[in-house]
Amino acid sequence: MSDHPSTYQPGSAIERWLDTRLPIVRFGADLMTFPTPRNLNYWYTFGGILAFCLGVQIVTGIVLAMHYDASGAGAFLSVNRGIMRDVNYGWLIRGLHANGASMFFIAVYLHILRGLYYGSYKAPREVLWLLGCVIYVLMMATAFMGYVLPWGQMSFWGAKVITSLFGAFPVIGKPLTALLWGGFAVDDPTLNRFFSLHYLLPFVIAAVVGLHIWALHVPGNNNPVGIEVKSKADTLPFHPYYTVKDLFAISVFMILFAVFVFFMPEALGKVDNQVMADPLKTPAHIVPEWYLLPFYAILRAIPDKLLGVLGLAGALGVLFALPWLDFSKVKSMRYRPTYRTFFFVWIVACAALGWCGSQEPDGQIIKGFAGPIFIDYDINSVTWLSRIASLYYFAYFLVITPLLGLIETPLPVPDSLFTPVLSHPAGVPVGAAAAPETKG
Amino acid sequence: MPRKLFAAATAACLLSMAGPVLAGSTQAPLKDDVHWSFESPLGMYDQAQLQRGFKVYKEVCSACHSMNLVAFRNLGDPGGPFWNPKYPNPNENPAVKAIAKDYQIADIDNDSGDAIKRPGTSADYFVPPFANKAAAAAANGGAVPPDMSLLSAAREGGPRYIYSVVTGDGADAPPGLTIPDGKYYDPWMNGDVSSYYKGDPHKIPVGGFIAMPPPLIDDRVAFDDGTKATTKQEAQDVAAFLQWAADPKMEERKQLGVSVLIFLLIFSGILYASYRQIWSKVGHG
Repeated sequence: MSDHPSTYQPGSAIERWLDTRLPIVRFGADLMTFPTPRNLNYWYTFGGILAFCLGVQIVTGIVLAMHYDASGAGAFLSVNRGIMRDVNYGWLIRGLHANGASMFFIAVYLHILRGLYYGSYKAPREVLWLLGCVIYVLMMATAFMGYVLPWGQMSFWGAKVITSLFGAFPVIGKPLTALLWGGFAVDDPTLNRFFSLHYLLPFVIAAVVGLHIWALHVPGNNNPVGIEVKSKADTLPFHPYYTVKDLFAISVFMILFAVFVFFMPEALGKVDNQVMADPLKTPAHIVPEWYLLPFYAILRAIPDKLLGVLGLAGALGVLFALPWLDFSKVKSMRYRPTYRTFFFVWIVACAALGWCGSQEPDGQIIKGFAGPIFIDYDINSVTWLSRIASLYYFAYFLVITPLLGLIETPLPVPDSLFTPVLSHPAGVPVGAAAAPETKG
Repeated sequence: MPRKLFAAATAACLLSMAGPVLAGSTQAPLKDDVHWSFESPLGMYDQAQLQRGFKVYKEVCSACHSMNLVAFRNLGDPGGPFWNPKYPNPNENPAVKAIAKDYQIADIDNDSGDAIKRPGTSADYFVPPFANKAAAAAANGGAVPPDMSLLSAAREGGPRYIYSVVTGDGADAPPGLTIPDGKYYDPWMNGDVSSYYKGDPHKIPVGGFIAMPPPLIDDRVAFDDGTKATTKQEAQDVAAFLQWAADPKMEERKQLGVSVLIFLLIFSGILYASYRQIWSKVGHG
């Protein structure tokens, strides 16, 4: 699609003048006329929704920073007294920002699941996928540091637990944590550097989003059928067809967002964070925000601290490796029923990990039943469920995906985007569509 | 079918992550014999109840509990206990000024530079009962009474937790449970009493110990509106007041939320109609 011809005609003398110097209007116009597969469903609206989320976070965050005091003594007060009580609509701006983080993650998870399901990570879109993975990691880092800023109990102790993880590395562990903390404990310097980075990273994310969109516009969108666009008849200009569809989806998403912000603003938070950070008082149960829970469960599932940290990093790392782990030429799981089943089990495993991450490690799965202890934990415990789910999480990427790519016989794939709707042909030869595309 | 499965699996995934957290400590199921006007999605505060609750706070709780995030003027903010539409600027609200005047505020005399005490104004904040944490701990058997500004937001169950703990405080110890000196047993206090229990290990009592003596009794305060001051009434009212203290913008939030939702529903409808209209001439593929 990179050869999508520009149809922009400068309409005025000033536009012609600008077009020969900085063709920025042409750039925007070409984005709007970009040929987009006409069969994209609502799962494809999350890209637009995510851009909206990033915008909301940046705008609300800039205003919050105007009223925020990044100091151990002042942070909690500036948030809970200043912003929440005295700043005009401060409660709304913070409500949007704090709930916006969760909304952002809901959208990004659905966006990632969509990419996995329709095989959007496969050639020629590997770089697009990798950039998406980078954005996701940056989002987690940003969200984690943002959660520290109100300097409540869970902010402080969450920061302590997560930063201490870096201490697990041999040799560099200790100096690395000292660098993160800016001292020998989580304290004012930690808060200050987290604030600085929390303000910086969203702009890095925005830049990588720019690359992500660039990388999208080279091969063009994947689509639910998972075969490449063959002709102009398969596509529609992005505007107005997908601008209006994305806007509708964003508007519906805003309804969900508004329900949280206005009617249950604390539902996704932790009550402990309404207590000011106290380095001498450990909360009974330290848990990260919901969107980090599956990784937290993987971390705790592994008995060794260093291996646990590596497991956590590996859980993200396999996402980066995925384009080279899936050998199947068929992109969409619509035509890969076996793989699809394993994929749904993988979603269940991720949900189980999320649940495990929120529970005490020795909590019982079946209440009142004590099983044998195996590797430090009762086999009827949250830890063992996390272990099994973690194992499946990794096996899905490292064993099931490569193996099924080689042995699974996919269903017949249609040979063009438009035929499935028009005629639903049966028995189209698999090879017809499975041939790799020659774009590039 | 796969699409539906996908959607269902995704929903299950999200729902499970929002699940409650299992704590190591225990407590009795919160009491459900009272209801508050603000509990429903559109419910607002009951101003008379907030005023009664404030009286309980002022005459009972504030002897030990600070409320550092709340200024006197906040009492006269919209949705607050003494909000009066005649005084849109809460600093001018006579009820607020009268309350503030009764407090002595530490200040510096402008002329001499001496440390002085002066009567409070609407702009001042509630005065903490103890000079610092150490003093608070020393006066309360080692336990620091928590600040009450956000107490209701800082406990699972919010006002219901406060109501249950306050009315459950000083419960009789079940057989086998030894109550440590200076503590009280409260089945609704989130805690762990197992190390003080010498009975059937399968029947460890729920709840925890609390350093606060049972704070409320019948007629502990005299309500100005003539409401009978039963323990239950006092507890219910002070829980409502503390919920307001923790979430003073709730009324503004819910009111704006209704408008926003109505707007978004209409806006989404218009966008959907536009979408259908724009796509009506082309196939979805």
